[in-house]
Amino acid sequence: MEIDPFIFRLSIFILSIFVGYYVVWSVTPSLHTPLMSVTNAISSVIIVGAIIAALSGSDGVVFSSSSIYGFLAIILAAVNIFGGFLVTQRMLAMYKKKKKDK
Amino acid sequence: MSANLSAILYLVSGVLFILALRGLSSPETSRQGNLFGIIGMLIAVTVTFLSVGNFSSGFIYVLIFLVIGGSIGAFIAYRIPMTAMPELVAGFHSLVGLAAVFVAISAFINPAAFNLGTPGNIKLASLIEMAIGAAVGAITFSGSVIAFLKLQGIMSGAPITFKGQHLLNALLLILIVILTIYLCSTQSSNLFWILIAVSFLIGFLIIIPIGGADMPVVISMLNSYSGWAAAGIGFTLENTALIITGALVGSSGAILSYIMCKGMNRSFFNVILGGFGATDQTTGGQSKEQRPVKSGNADDAAFLMKNASSVIIVPGYGMAVAQAQHALREMVDTLKKNDIKVSYAIHPVAGRMPGHMNVLLAEANVPYDEVFELEEINNDFANADVAFVIGANDVTNPVAKTDPQSPIYGMPVLDVEKCKSVLFVKRSLSPGYAGIDNDLFYKENTLMLFADAKKMTEDITKNL
Repeated sequence: MEIDPFIFRLSIFILSIFVGYYVVWSVTPSLHTPLMSVTNAISSVIIVGAIIAALSGSDGVVFSSSSIYGFLAIILAAVNIFGGFLVTQRMLAMYKKKKKDK
Repeated sequence: MSANLSAILYLVSGVLFILALRGLSSPETSRQGNLFGIIGMLIAVTVTFLSVGNFSSGFIYVLIFLVIGGSIGAFIAYRIPMTAMPELVAGFHSLVGLAAVFVAISAFINPAAFNLGTPGNIKLASLIEMAIGAAVGAITFSGSVIAFLKLQGIMSGAPITFKGQHLLNALLLILIVILTIYLCSTQSSNLFWILIAVSFLIGFLIIIPIGGADMPVVISMLNSYSGWAAAGIGFTLENTALIITGALVGSSGAILSYIMCKGMNRSFFNVILGGFGATDQTTGGQSKEQRPVKSGNADDAAFLMKNASSVIIVPGYGMAVAQAQHALREMVDTLKKNDIKVSYAIHPVAGRMPGHMNVLLAEANVPYDEVFELEEINNDFANADVAFVIGANDVTNPVAKTDPQSPIYGMPVLDVEKCKSVLFVKRSLSPGYAGIDNDLFYKENTLMLFADAKKMTEDITKNL
């Protein structure tokens, strides 16, 4: 009997939860705020779905009832991607070590 | 682009996202980690364009909308003050949630574009995944909007409770399950819209009873939800990058919620069921007898600190409110010039989101290796000369260790009272969020400095 591809995706999902569990426990508490902003940015990879939805219109019809939702989702996800990564960058740039000479 | 190649590239971007989180294990590697995240995103978006392979006029519009959203995001990212990070993150969560809802709607209206069947005849598994993605996304959206409004102060931080609240929430949750089952058997679009509407409502109802100071838990929880929503959509789209990311974000948010709950010694359900801040006011009233308090001015504080050899600073949310972090750093610089050892002690739930204080101190150019977590520094209080508590209250209350009747009993606290002397910057003697009196105010070795945190810190620096 063949295995449903769903099972493979489920396996990836479960294993990723474990990976996430161990990786996140190793994040230093002082970086928990950047952790939240970067997880925010990466969860906006949902833009993948938004792009497929936006390009679902047939030839000549760019804005169909389903593609409009895709375009809206693209805006939302893009705000998050750029905003999330840039604000994380900005925060991480502020974390500095003690200067040696002091 | 072949389906296999794009699947492999999505996997690569998933791995890069794992590395992005992995980088955060230390500040040195964190910037590189962020870069990995950006590359991962770039790969995912490019692969999607190539595998759809539709470069007609629609593609131009996609780019236009990307640029619009991107510019808004970049603008916000550069302008936002660090004190407003909790609001920003809550706002961003709501966008992820809404985006998940929109993608699910689009997939429901036009399943053929996603290879999920035809309208009215969508594959059962896809329909379930879609419904879960849409429901969790909607809950994330409305919940985050409420969290945002509370954090912004547009909505009062006080918990809103009413009779039968939990029963109503439970009924709505059951309704969501029933709707999903009916949706699967009838494929009716009306049911799909009702499902989304009920999910919006429940997100709203879940967050309104939670008090302002429990926001660290709420934000972490919504962080987790946004991940599960993304994972739900990932299953619908059969997209590995989205599934991996969803799982990562989901477990990250769950761990942060756990850490925050532990920092307050409260169970997750206790926080979620809400109403803490309002009901415990009475406990504070009982012990309100007039006890003598020693209060001083900036001159006294400066004198104490000048004669100390080590000082520990305990910042709290009040410091963020007063924007006192830069003034504080200047004070510490002056102390260091006088060869006084200074370190910072941060309680897990200081501030309005996990790690908030660390970011504020980093913004004020405090080196991160002078900033310590509760477990790292708690033993040092006994050997320190002065503890300088600025804008923190409940997290220093010794009653959490001594009085089993206290609502905060068992909560891990900073052992500030073990210091030779304690300086407490506060505007008044009013109790903290937990509504209980702080014994520390009345201790022999405590000197209260009644003033605005920023002004007091500046005055002390002048007097040093």
